[in-house]
Amino acid sequence: MTDIAFYALSALAIWSGWRVFRVDSMIRATFALMVSFICVGGIALLMSADYIGIATVFMMAVEMMVMGLFMVMFMMNPAGLNPMQMVHQHRFSIGAGIAAFIGLTVAVLATNLPNNPLPAGRDTLHDLGVELLGGSMLIFETAGVTLLATMVGAVVLSSRPGRFGDSDAGAVPPGLQPGGQPAGRKVEKSGGHGGHGGDSSYDMNMKGAPKSDDAPHKRHGKMPEEES
Amino acid sequence: MTLTAILVVAAALFGIGLFGALSQKSFVMLMMGLELMLNGTLLAAVGFWAFTLEGAPKGQLLAILVMAVMAVELAIGFALVVAVYRKRQADVVESLGTLKQ
Repeated sequence: MTDIAFYALSALAIWSGWRVFRVDSMIRATFALMVSFICVGGIALLMSADYIGIATVFMMAVEMMVMGLFMVMFMMNPAGLNPMQMVHQHRFSIGAGIAAFIGLTVAVLATNLPNNPLPAGRDTLHDLGVELLGGSMLIFETAGVTLLATMVGAVVLSSRPGRFGDSDAGAVPPGLQPGGQPAGRKVEKSGGHGGHGGDSSYDMNMKGAPKSDDAPHKRHGKMPEEES
Repeated sequence: MTLTAILVVAAALFGIGLFGALSQKSFVMLMMGLELMLNGTLLAAVGFWAFTLEGAPKGQLLAILVMAVMAVELAIGFALVVAVYRKRQADVVESLGTLKQ
């Protein structure tokens, strides 16, 4: 029974993992990845790693929701309405993937793996809880602090550079002259779906200078070294 | 269900993830490849714990660390995607030929 469930879950995990890069719709790709993660969580449950399995399922469900959101935000073709080719160095990638699989498989098969399976009836969940809040508390808490630092880093990276920089996003500043054009940041009209990185970055570097009025540039901020 | 079978499945997931991470143009799809590689790593870690450690609970800490790495990768990765998109309007790898300009 366990074997059947394991092989079914493994097949589903690998198949959905492969589908991730084969479907046109990005949302479907996201859900395929979620299915793959849930299958791995199920395999962990079969191996009586209850905590890991259930935590994987929960965490990945949330993560894939976030990922789907970002897909819709950033992909040119989130719904997959028209087929598209979004790969580069395709042959090399296939070769690398197959080489990694074969290499790892050969390494696994060639290794004389130890065999000390889990004793039946051991309360792994209780043991893990005692371990997490006992001897290995430092590791567990280090992971927690790492996640906190990640949150801070993500906010820093994804926010505007700060009050001396581009913090005026979305705001429409008043004109420098009454009825004049709004001062400050020019809205990018070119829009960006791919393929023209160099030009658009050059354009964006020019955004600091007010073009339509000759009043002195009185806005606070725009420190020169942040214009790069 | 043997350790060998689990490691082979993990290797397959890793290989697919490596293919995705190398071949996809979009940043978000690239990160899905990385996630799939970490998925295989997590499976291998849990497999090693279940079959070689006689249930010593310290073995699961590696899996917990892998999960923390997944969360960190996702958060920082998306923050980087947002930052790069704001700076250069770029959402595919080819747009970033150089580090500056």
